[in-house]
Amino acid sequence: MNSLGGLKARLPLLIFLIPILLWLFLLIVLPHIDLLRMSFRTENDFGDMVWSVHNYLEFFKEPVYWLTFTRTAIYAIIVTFLTLCISLPVAFYITKVAPPKFKGFLSLLLLMPFWVSELVRIYGWMILLRESGVINHFLVKWGILQQPVEMLYNDIAMTMGLVYTSMLFMAVPLLSVLDSLDDSLIEAAYDLGSNTVTIVRKIIIPHAMPGIASGSIVVFMLSLGNYLTPNLMGGKNSLWFTEQIYNQFIASFNWNQGSAFGFLLLVLSSLIIFIGLRLTNQQLSKVVQ
Amino acid sequence: MEVDLSVKNVTKSFKDFTAVDTVSFDVERGRFFSILGPSGCGKTTLLRMVAGFEEPSSGTIEIRGRDMAGFAPNRRPVNLIFQHLALFPMMNVADNIGFGLARRKESKAEINRKVSDILERVNLPGFETKKIHQLSGGQKQRVAIARSLVLNPTVLLLDEPLGALDLKLREQMKIELKKLQEQVGTTFIYITHDQSEALVMSDYVAVMNEGRFEQIDSPQNLYSRPATPFVARFVGNNNRIIGTVNKSGDSVTELVTRNGDTIQAKTPDPLPAGAEAELFIRPESIIIEPGTEIDGLNRLQVVVSSVLFDGANSQLLVQSGKSAEELLISLPQNRQYDHITAGDRVEIGWDAAAGNCFEAA
Repeated sequence: MNSLGGLKARLPLLIFLIPILLWLFLLIVLPHIDLLRMSFRTENDFGDMVWSVHNYLEFFKEPVYWLTFTRTAIYAIIVTFLTLCISLPVAFYITKVAPPKFKGFLSLLLLMPFWVSELVRIYGWMILLRESGVINHFLVKWGILQQPVEMLYNDIAMTMGLVYTSMLFMAVPLLSVLDSLDDSLIEAAYDLGSNTVTIVRKIIIPHAMPGIASGSIVVFMLSLGNYLTPNLMGGKNSLWFTEQIYNQFIASFNWNQGSAFGFLLLVLSSLIIFIGLRLTNQQLSKVVQ
Repeated sequence: MEVDLSVKNVTKSFKDFTAVDTVSFDVERGRFFSILGPSGCGKTTLLRMVAGFEEPSSGTIEIRGRDMAGFAPNRRPVNLIFQHLALFPMMNVADNIGFGLARRKESKAEINRKVSDILERVNLPGFETKKIHQLSGGQKQRVAIARSLVLNPTVLLLDEPLGALDLKLREQMKIELKKLQEQVGTTFIYITHDQSEALVMSDYVAVMNEGRFEQIDSPQNLYSRPATPFVARFVGNNNRIIGTVNKSGDSVTELVTRNGDTIQAKTPDPLPAGAEAELFIRPESIIIEPGTEIDGLNRLQVVVSSVLFDGANSQLLVQSGKSAEELLISLPQNRQYDHITAGDRVEIGWDAAAGNCFEAA
């Protein structure tokens, strides 16, 4: 009787939880379990499927795989850092410098590019940057260049595309964290003899640290897992790790190897974030709030 | 006496209004100078101009004889204590206090010594490693003062720092702040809307209203000889009696009140006969049931409308004649007036020299 009463009290909660639990379990947990199982299966010499860690060892044995991953991770870190360097002044301007009536409008401007899909945005950049593109057209027309140059398909174009794609995810947490910074703290530091550099280093960045950390995690993960931008804007040499995974699944049809790579990406990126949080003395539970 | 701060004809106008309107004053070294005014009178703007956060639209601000125009706040020998203190929550007490010293590139050992010295001075010895959120309101106050004083500023500016404290603590901090200022000898400029803070602590008080200084004087003079009706109303309690000037001589003006009573008051300058005038009289200047032998009193017959008992601040509320105008009278608690109850008819009186009379604007 008692347990029945308890069930009755919890029934509404249960009803509302069921969709999300189903979604998580059926679409996230279940496929991942299958991928995990698959990643430990490999063909032996007789063509039979057996349990093995061969797929994981392959990643470390074959330089092209782990080099691609290292390259991807380093570029994702660079992208995260550049995004931070651009977003922090933007967020500071919107929260502290701009007249209050423009704040909403400026935030909206930041959001607007995200109304169109990532694919469309990237094609927009390609129209601007390609050899026969808008920028080349004007550079040649004004005589700055003799003949058009290819600005696409290199690491710089790819990095720029990734920074552009990730800006919002860095700016939003920074906006909210800087909004909570009391102006008088900045004035007090100024009054006590600080210059702009010390104010940024001693007051603004320590205060914004939770926002910087959460923004950085999101941007890092999004960049690391991005497929579209590196694929479209990066060159032949700018191989991204997600493209390796894609190749395994689609080109080589080696699902076992592909799922092993998928899990390696998950584990290694989590490790990088863990190290990053440790280095900056942040706690994950506080950062994700 | 050397002048630490000299403000000359400073005006600050924003787009559609003038916050500070041709204000001039000098503050001598080691003084406790207060600027007293209602909120929105421009006192914070004035203080921010001295600190360097705002530039005056016209006029000059000199500190020890040096024109401060163009000097940023971090290059002025003044420090400001903010209304909400603005202690840095991401640092501990020692780092907060040492912040300015570290900006001057002083050595670690020197900073530590100075920090513990100043903490001793503000009665917080051993608080170096405490976090800001662990401190009580009064302790935060002292840390904020220490953070500025440790830099040895020529002038310390205080922007209503006691406003956020509760009443008991505010009373205590008032005395503490006054003592501290006497000890360190730094020139303090204190802005407040609380007249008791200004009167208790200051050597000189400037009363500010709508961007202008109404009067700069010692607290005693401000209280007993207000220069304008605004000062008379704003500083301390005052009764206002409106009347028409009957005749005005060299030092004595005779008023006829709306009730038809004739009152005499002292005025520095004669007022034109027939003009509307207001007389301000302090509650404690009024004597209840004055002896018949005393000469030179303005005497009124009044009806007690209520007895307001508040310990040492007890007051009588009385009504004179037909008018609705009420007067407040201090009620000394020496049990001599215990028989007075609401509805009684009593005689009151005050010395003609006790009131301050102004021509009504």
